[in-house]
Amino acid sequence: MLRLERRATPSSTMSIASPLLAAAGMLVTGFLLFSALGKDPLEAFYLFFIKPLSSTYGIGELLLKTTPLLLCGLGLALGFRANVWNIGAEGQLTMGAIAGGGVALWFGDSDSSFAMPLMLLAGILGGMAWAAIPAFLRTRFNTNEILVTLMLVYIAQLMLSWLVHGPWRDPQGQNYPQSQGFGDAETMSVLINGTRVTWGIVYAVGLALIAWVFSEKTFAGFRMQVAGLAPAAAAYAGFSEKRNIWIALMLCGATAGLAGICEVAGPIGRLQQEISPGYGFAAIIVAWIGRLHPIGVVFGALLMSLLYLGGEAAQMGMGLPSAITGLFQGLLLFYLLAADLFIYFRLKRVGVVESPEPKPAIRVEGAV
Amino acid sequence: MQSSKIWKTIRLCLAAGLMATTSVAAFAAEPLKVAFVYLGPVGDGGWTQQHDMARKKLEAALGSAIKTTYVENVPETADSERVFRQLAADGNKLIFATSFGYMESLQKVAKLFPDVKFEHVNGFKTAPNISVYEPRFEEGFYLIGVVAGQMTKSNTLGFIGSFPIPSVMRNVDSMTLGALSVNPKVKMKPIWVNTWYDPGKERQAADTLIAQGADAVAQNTDSPASIQAAQEKGTYAFSIDADMSSFGKKAQLTGSTEDWSGYYIAETKKVLDGSWTGNRHTRWGIKEGMVVMAPLNPDIPPAAVKIFEDKKAAIVAGTLNPFAGPIKDSTGKEMVAANAAMSDATFNSLNWYVEGVEGSVPK
Amino acid sequence: MNPLIPMIASTVLAATPLIYAALGETVVERSGVLNLGIEGMMLIGAVAGFAATRSSGSDAVGFLAAAAAGVALSLIFGFLTLNLQTNQVATGLALTLFGIGLSAFVGHNLAGLPVARLAPITIPGLTAIPVIGDLLFHYDIMVYLSVALFIGVQWFLTKSRAGLTLRAIGESPGVAHAIGKPVLTTRYLAVMFGGATAGIAGAYLSLVQTPMWVEGMSAGKGWIALALVVFGTWKPARVVIGAYLFGGVTQFQLFAQGFGLPIPTEFLSMLPYAATVVVLVIICRDPKTILLNQPASLGHSFHSAA
Repeated sequence: MLRLERRATPSSTMSIASPLLAAAGMLVTGFLLFSALGKDPLEAFYLFFIKPLSSTYGIGELLLKTTPLLLCGLGLALGFRANVWNIGAEGQLTMGAIAGGGVALWFGDSDSSFAMPLMLLAGILGGMAWAAIPAFLRTRFNTNEILVTLMLVYIAQLMLSWLVHGPWRDPQGQNYPQSQGFGDAETMSVLINGTRVTWGIVYAVGLALIAWVFSEKTFAGFRMQVAGLAPAAAAYAGFSEKRNIWIALMLCGATAGLAGICEVAGPIGRLQQEISPGYGFAAIIVAWIGRLHPIGVVFGALLMSLLYLGGEAAQMGMGLPSAITGLFQGLLLFYLLAADLFIYFRLKRVGVVESPEPKPAIRVEGAV
Repeated sequence: MQSSKIWKTIRLCLAAGLMATTSVAAFAAEPLKVAFVYLGPVGDGGWTQQHDMARKKLEAALGSAIKTTYVENVPETADSERVFRQLAADGNKLIFATSFGYMESLQKVAKLFPDVKFEHVNGFKTAPNISVYEPRFEEGFYLIGVVAGQMTKSNTLGFIGSFPIPSVMRNVDSMTLGALSVNPKVKMKPIWVNTWYDPGKERQAADTLIAQGADAVAQNTDSPASIQAAQEKGTYAFSIDADMSSFGKKAQLTGSTEDWSGYYIAETKKVLDGSWTGNRHTRWGIKEGMVVMAPLNPDIPPAAVKIFEDKKAAIVAGTLNPFAGPIKDSTGKEMVAANAAMSDATFNSLNWYVEGVEGSVPK
Repeated sequence: MNPLIPMIASTVLAATPLIYAALGETVVERSGVLNLGIEGMMLIGAVAGFAATRSSGSDAVGFLAAAAAGVALSLIFGFLTLNLQTNQVATGLALTLFGIGLSAFVGHNLAGLPVARLAPITIPGLTAIPVIGDLLFHYDIMVYLSVALFIGVQWFLTKSRAGLTLRAIGESPGVAHAIGKPVLTTRYLAVMFGGATAGIAGAYLSLVQTPMWVEGMSAGKGWIALALVVFGTWKPARVVIGAYLFGGVTQFQLFAQGFGLPIPTEFLSMLPYAATVVVLVIICRDPKTILLNQPASLGHSFHSAA
């Protein structure tokens, strides 16, 4: 019988090999799944993984969808490292869109060069303000952030719904629930001609690099990691738990808020009732697939984005119902998550091994 | 043996890839590719299901002259633009967009693909290659009101609304007008649930209306929850989009459902023979068969059925317009003068309750 | 009839699935495992329960099938998080994605079909009592069983030996393991229990609340159930109160609308979410309470070499 044994140090070979293992497992499962459904597996793989990338436009779309996933994923990853369970990035994203979009509407069709910087700033501040509520309630009233962040998602969405049905409704829009379109100066310029990808992706990747430096090289980043790994040690060292919670939530609020404004000032170009197909929730998976490492999150976001596009392509190309694509996406994620096992553990034939000290969980799952 | 099949498929894939990149213009003998974009899943039991049924009827009617594709669960976010663009790039020449929230995406994509024809439901922005189509829901809801007004014992009707947008407001108002035309004592109570689909919440809204005395409740949300609630409480309800009588045989009096196939077949034929044009706004009602009343409940007395049938015939003949004046709003102000019809501008952006509806419009 | 009684009955109908799902998740979380896949397990339960009842004609078979389907899905989660040490949060979310897809795939021929609603039971003598009979003795069997489930979970967690072990494992799996407690087995059982109750919660939607199957019919109830566990600070009684509070506030805002309140309905719709936060703040404002309640190892993997 085989058994798992913890490696003394995470295997660097395996940290590269594990995604490949996952890919292999996925291909086998996908092959069986699609064959069983009477669909050609190779065509399905082609549609899922290659077709979306086969044109400049397709790559632009990949990057466009990566932007909010990466931004939210980055903020969440920093928070999860510090053991802050923010699962409401979707709400912070929505609030960022509201605040930034509000500024855009205030500018109207003005071609002021202040418009865009102020919109981005407002988006960031909007997300931060929304994240400040769980931070305040957690640090002042000890209220669990899982519940507060989740409930604030619904509240933010209803707030947006009220704004576009009521005060911010386009007066020329026959009372349809959407705002006026943003002016040219209030719309983000396109990065690559012929695509929809905006400067947002540049901000997102830049922030990933900054986050990497922050978390690996700065003292604040170190404090947060310690707090996540060993709360007792952190307290002993005099690191303030409250400050960590505030930093974690503010960072995520900022990145998610930026994601929101980039979405409405980018491809959408106005405020409307639906602005995100659940980026804030998908970003939680992105953060963990990226092993909570800022650079890993970049890859996680790219992959998640490809899964969305691939699912669409498979629907259009072979008439696979969206149920199948959802099922396949779920399976892929299972494999990806499971394959990381081999980084920290090895398979061994049964023998009597002494039990090592159980390590704090975050090391098992997250730190690279 | 297995491997030879794999290689064959790989070659096919490569060929497909090459074809996609070189993007050959459609071959003359190729069937017309028609695509449908759905907001919900095809199995939603209502709105999207009706569109997909019509797609199947279209395939059956035109056979090998066309080839249809559909994409389901397409959100009204930035994603819809990519789906439209991809469908156009894949060679679909006629694309039906079945939710009004796709309006802005369509505007953008239509400019990029001037040779692709787009059809958009319930929107108001057209283009040289975008036409808009819309059922006259108000006819269906007016007739629902006619039945409700005759069958109610408490003289209180209910309406479960999703969002107070014009196309839903028209239904509250026309149902109220229909009921008042046969029973001047009725009052209408609307409740807004702020969602298109949440069976649990719709159920709670229906229970609330019934508890507040409404014994004939219509809904503009997607699940049959209100019919099920009425079936249990012994009150009446009305279906929307699809016939939902299987969820409450005694409760469902009738309903306003859609049959899109007539329009889809007509428009596709126009594209095939080259007579399709953009910039049109088509409104089809009961006469054209886009709005179809669900079968009447056998418990409705013959006298009431007669009135219903007369009104329906008058609508079909064009002698009865649900929104003919005089119409007052819920504050008593005259909005449409006697002997006048509601203006298109008012109709398109309707955001007030007619007299007889309780409460004020949520702003 | 007093309109208050049907309002209460409707609240009970809305709260019951939340109670099943949230009580199950309470036990799961008390063992130190955070399963965010409730929504996916509910949908699988909903479709399995619907299909089984339709083909067998028996509600009992339906609910059992739903529980079994929920357990089956929870075993995937258990295998990944407990054996393969995957991250619980991400795995739970992936499970939700998977469950939504799988249920839609399995149930695509069932959409639009009717099934007889599980009828309320009549208790001779009691149901007929005016007011009280309507208020308390007019529900379907699953409502009473949810009360029984609450009592059972409460007893299990506070009084039973196994419950103490489970809590000890949730607090400190390392120590529990060191003194010979079966960490893995206990967590597996807890996860399976959570799967069963989530499945039953789903079947309550498809067999009682709105007897039908439609893709995605849980419409976010799994997330509310998750929030209720936190709301209840991992205590079964508070979890149940939270479910009734949530259902009740939703009912209240709809009721208020029926009287034509001049408040934007979006704000009224916010009420249940806002109320849950406010009440939790009041419960938790003493800094010591929550620290005593949140299972210390919640969400953390545990590996032992033995």
